[in-house]
Amino acid sequence: MRNFVQKALMGTAAILLLGSLSVRAQDNIRVVGSSTVFPFSTAAAEEFGNSSPFKTPIVEATGTGGGLKLFCAGIGTNFPDVVNASRRIKRIELDVCSNNGVEDVVEVKIGFDGIVLAAAKGAPAMRLRLRDLYLALAAQVPAPGTDGGANNMIENPYKFWSDIDPSLPRIEIAVLGPPPTSGTRDAFNAIAIEGGCRSFEGMLALEKEDPFRFLSLCRSVREDGAYVAAGENDNLIVQKIIGNERAIGIFGYSFLSQNTDILQAYPISAQGGPYLAPTFDAIAEGSYPISRSLFLYAKKAHIGVVPGIQEFIREFISERASGDFGYLLDRGLIPLSEDERSASLASVNGLVSLELN
Amino acid sequence: MNDNDEHMPPAMQQVDWASPQMKARLNRRYWMDRLFRGLGLSAVAAATLFLIVLLGNIIQTGVSGFFQTSIEIDVSFDASILPDPALPRSEFSQAVAQVNMQRILRQALLEKFPDVKARGDVVRLTRLLSSGARSQLRSLVVRSPNIVGTTIPVQLLASDEVDQAVKGNIDVSLPEENRKLKNKEVGWLSLLQSENRVSLNFHPRFITSGDSREPELVGVWGAVVGSALTLLVTLLTAFPIGLAAAIYLEEFAPRNRLTTIIEININNLAAVPSIVFGLLGLAFFLGAVGMARSAPLVGGLTLALLSLPTIIISARAAITAVPQSIRDAARGLGASPMQVAFHHVVPQAMPGILTGTIIGMSRALGESAPLLMIGMVAFIVDVPTGIDDPATVLPVQIFLWADSPERAFIEKTSAAIMVLLFFLISMNGIAIWLRQKFERNW
Repeated sequence: MRNFVQKALMGTAAILLLGSLSVRAQDNIRVVGSSTVFPFSTAAAEEFGNSSPFKTPIVEATGTGGGLKLFCAGIGTNFPDVVNASRRIKRIELDVCSNNGVEDVVEVKIGFDGIVLAAAKGAPAMRLRLRDLYLALAAQVPAPGTDGGANNMIENPYKFWSDIDPSLPRIEIAVLGPPPTSGTRDAFNAIAIEGGCRSFEGMLALEKEDPFRFLSLCRSVREDGAYVAAGENDNLIVQKIIGNERAIGIFGYSFLSQNTDILQAYPISAQGGPYLAPTFDAIAEGSYPISRSLFLYAKKAHIGVVPGIQEFIREFISERASGDFGYLLDRGLIPLSEDERSASLASVNGLVSLELN
Repeated sequence: MNDNDEHMPPAMQQVDWASPQMKARLNRRYWMDRLFRGLGLSAVAAATLFLIVLLGNIIQTGVSGFFQTSIEIDVSFDASILPDPALPRSEFSQAVAQVNMQRILRQALLEKFPDVKARGDVVRLTRLLSSGARSQLRSLVVRSPNIVGTTIPVQLLASDEVDQAVKGNIDVSLPEENRKLKNKEVGWLSLLQSENRVSLNFHPRFITSGDSREPELVGVWGAVVGSALTLLVTLLTAFPIGLAAAIYLEEFAPRNRLTTIIEININNLAAVPSIVFGLLGLAFFLGAVGMARSAPLVGGLTLALLSLPTIIISARAAITAVPQSIRDAARGLGASPMQVAFHHVVPQAMPGILTGTIIGMSRALGESAPLLMIGMVAFIVDVPTGIDDPATVLPVQIFLWADSPERAFIEKTSAAIMVLLFFLISMNGIAIWLRQKFERNW
């Protein structure tokens, strides 16, 4: 028995010793960031690992905000080399970076993603304007009959889609979407909700008087149960709307493209524009109203220290990845146009440091 | 007779068991007894039913994850593309690594389907096969160089879409625009099927390889090894520390305000949400000590913090349960306090301590939230070889697959859950065996 205890104690000591010694350099590229870019990043990482002399990069899905925080925390092997973002880096985040010694950051645009509103195949068909989305989902909306503005706002009274527009079906407003920590939610609020908000004259007037109040009114989502934050897992949202024909889900285009047999996407119209379904072409040419760009950011200080970073980023925009029949397109990435692709390639090759003005 | 008498007959009074009141009372007692038993039985039945439904559902979807579709294609190993098999072995395999196997594959498929001409169609045709088919061919040539220059039928992995169609998870009778597998592909597939070239076989790769982005190429081995290494670190740190703490608190510590505060805190720690331990691990092991991110070492130490309270509490309970007479007898024979503890109390308490450790370890095996913070929720292809290699664990692997858009990952997720359950059962089996080994009768 004493032997056993002694052995156990020695094992513990050995572990603790090893722990304190394990500050060794790992030479895998480390990627963190957006869960929307994660399916593309992992596919590129695997292909890169298989076809290059470098190790397969390690990819973590931390969300865009969380990823940028880790990325900007410092220089060295314990900090990630590349971050995926489903929106552009913010001025304030870049300041955090440079405060921590991460001076030169290279920005590479890798493609586009459409944010899709979809329901199960059996659900009633709908066509939605951004204005309808705003009225259905905002916390406060202009009182009926008014044109908005700071004094005309009321708590969102709409329960059925037909309350907003009689031509819409009389089904309850029930939308499942990502939580506030998600880049998809940020983009949805900024493009769809704010876009709908801008169709009211009074709100545009408010923007000139008090831009902060405008933003808080035009980007806040109602919390009375009509919008349900269903977690970062887009598959879960798909499963839930399949189970409930009255619910609508909000998620990235890649999940629609994998589930075209069980989902129908609702055509969306920007202010005055045509109703467009989220198809590959509509998103690629930017005519689908709720689409956004996807980015990679790399630390210049790590290039040359951690082997293969430049080559890895080039993999994303290579012909075999995002060319006409590229494997990333199979996963649902909407590729850049030829011009944009060569611009991205130039910024990787030239290692152009990002300047935000 | 008033109400009170009916419930409580005076003790001295002769009880008339045959009276209708007493009969009614007895009947009611029997009836309550039967009701309670019935409720207990239905509770057990309900629990079993839920378990059966859950397991049945997982097994039903998961079993097909262990199988994979392959397609038999006649491949000509063109001597003009492939290196000379007469080369020395190492040089030969290096030269094979440089060969564009996609070209050989495309040629083989085009020979089978000579009508396919348009570039888009050719790409679609090659997508019938998995992107892993290239490395299958490569390792085949490296293994037997003498096939260079011959044409032989080879079993190649089908893509996940084809696999799902063969397994019946994609309804090919839907209109074409509603499915990923288009009519042309379905046509090619049914031609191959009519020639008996499509087969569904057990897929050992699912057990032996690491993660991948292709559902047909994924494997759980990386996660199994990661879990094993992580739990090894957890066990080697949490068990001795927990045991030492429990022995000290029960056998040696003076009873004062300080030890009471420590006890209360340990009990409270057992209820702290696991993500908090992840934050602690991030701040201390990664931040202050500077250990490597995503390594089983850090994961194991973090999970050790998580399971320590459970181990200490159950070890203390087991030590308290050892009869005082054994301590007194040992002291009476001249044993020192340490001898009493290690020769008599701990061996007697060991079965209980091990039970607590199993519970702590099982909880650690199922955790993914604290590992998120220290970077173990990650896409890692290589199977870890040591406690400081990047690794992931089984629950995280399940989470990552459940979150992947491809349909074929649904069955892989369930299959991985089956592997996790198997891991858990074997771990508990070993612990029960150990417990019985240590069990002593006095």
